[in-house]
Amino acid sequence: MTERLAQETVVEFDRVTLRFETKAVLREISFTLQRGETKIVLGAAGSGKSVLLKLTMGLWQPDSGRITVLGEEISHRGEDELFVVRRKIGMVFQEGALFDSLTIGENVGYVFERLPAVSPEEAERRAREALRFVELEQTFDLYPSQLSGGMRRRVAIARAVVGQPELMLYDSPTAGLDPITAARIMTLIVKQRDVGRVSSLLVTHRVQDAIQMARSYYDARQENLLPAGQDGARRDTHTRFLVLREGELVFHGSLEELAAQRDPYLQEFLA
Amino acid sequence: MGLFDDFAKQRVFAVQEFTLLSSRALGNVFRSPHYATDIVRQMDFIGFGSLPIVVLTGFFTGAVLALQSANTLSTFGETSLTGQLVMLSLVRELGPVLTSLMVAGRNSSGMASELGSMVVSEQIDAMRALGTDPSKKLVTPRLVATVLMLPMLTIISDFMGLLGGFATSFFIIRLNPGQYWYSAYQSLEFEDVFQGLLKPFVFAFIVALVGCYYGLTTTGGTQGVGRSTTQAVVAASVLILVSDFFLTKIILWLLA
Ligand SMILES: Nc1ncnc2c1ncn2[C@@H]1O[C@H](COP(=O)(O)OP(=O)(O)OP(=O)(O)O)[C@@H](O)[C@H]1O
Ligand SMILES: [Mg+2]
Repeated sequence: MTERLAQETVVEFDRVTLRFETKAVLREISFTLQRGETKIVLGAAGSGKSVLLKLTMGLWQPDSGRITVLGEEISHRGEDELFVVRRKIGMVFQEGALFDSLTIGENVGYVFERLPAVSPEEAERRAREALRFVELEQTFDLYPSQLSGGMRRRVAIARAVVGQPELMLYDSPTAGLDPITAARIMTLIVKQRDVGRVSSLLVTHRVQDAIQMARSYYDARQENLLPAGQDGARRDTHTRFLVLREGELVFHGSLEELAAQRDPYLQEFLA
Repeated sequence: MGLFDDFAKQRVFAVQEFTLLSSRALGNVFRSPHYATDIVRQMDFIGFGSLPIVVLTGFFTGAVLALQSANTLSTFGETSLTGQLVMLSLVRELGPVLTSLMVAGRNSSGMASELGSMVVSEQIDAMRALGTDPSKKLVTPRLVATVLMLPMLTIISDFMGLLGGFATSFFIIRLNPGQYWYSAYQSLEFEDVFQGLLKPFVFAFIVALVGCYYGLTTTGGTQGVGRSTTQAVVAASVLILVSDFFLTKIILWLLA
């Protein structure tokens, strides 16, 4: 197994500004995300976290600035051109956003509809596999309205990972979940980071998830999360933090740097 | 002044957006992928689903037309022309307009609320994120299905109206049945059939595109969905009646 250690920029924001009518919801945002790296996006409600993810997906266009994703500049592109990039990105929406009119299996397999290279049997096999991953295989033929909120969130995660994306965008994947499910989802995210070298932007309101993300690594032999630095070796968990405040990027750095900040707004998040 | 400017700008912007959506939806007809199953499902929903209301409105429109016209015609002693009057009013005007209004009430609102709910629950965003163009997957199937079904529904409605007129003239006015059908059949000319089918064809675009436009431009949560739904029905109905006038004018001018 050869691990590519060379730095490779997956997402780059270059002075990105977005306005809704007259109000700027993101102002002059610049950052880069490397391959295999996770950026945890923190910020108060309404600070622009979801908007940031939607811009990365190319769902909205910035008013100024440039966004580059997987080597392609995505600002000012047509929908058809964007599909090539979007195919390599998985997104978990804040409210799940499952299609009401389709079954769970069809929801998860939806991405294959546009990929004729994948046969229907193969698509179903992979959809079942993704559902098994979130332990919901038995819901294959049900409709989203028949599932609980937490189950729908897990289906949304299955739908996002089924295409084996290189970049994952998680919008509050553990919000409102029971501790067991939340822990399993966090394990999955860390595993994708450490085993699959998947890059991700992770929006969360839960401090414990953010800290776990920054302080643990996935051990393939024990199939579990272990604390980084436990066996003396200093492991880089490739996790950095972005903090948004009313549309501005007020912090960008590691957990230790965030903990050392004196600004009361920043301290709030680790309290 | 500022307020008026804003309002005017908004209107112009809305018209521009609507035109863009319409041309995209039309262009998609000639571009793959084609969502055939979605078209069939919509045809079933719009065509078969609207049958009961179309049958009922058609029948009673014809019935009341016969009642009114026989009343007027009797003053000239010409009740034998009832069939002709019912036939021409139905085929030229009432069939297309009433059927389209009923379908607008049922389906423009349905489209606006369905697509509107998908907007507010981020399903449209999710669809785009998964690489599907909502105008192809959602708008074009609805447009194609409406364009195919509305003229057929109009024919059914016209036929039911004739039956309704017959029922009135036979059971209430006590006309000779042969005379009713004869005068109805004799009066019908190619021009009438032509405008009777051209109208629902045009109105179908209004029903589908207005419904989808209001749905896709929904903002403001569930409350917004309710607002889009009402606006879609109102806009579609008004547009149908206004365009009916101009269409008739153009057709009369063309046929003259
Ligand atoms: N579709 C929209 N139209 C207009 N304004 C919007 C829209 N979506 C978001 N906003 C505005 O953008 C700002 C940022 O919203 P965003 O959804 O990114 O917040 P958030 O950080 O994700 O909050 P939360 O933690 O509650 O999810 C808010 O002030 C919101 O009012
Ligand atoms: Mg949000």
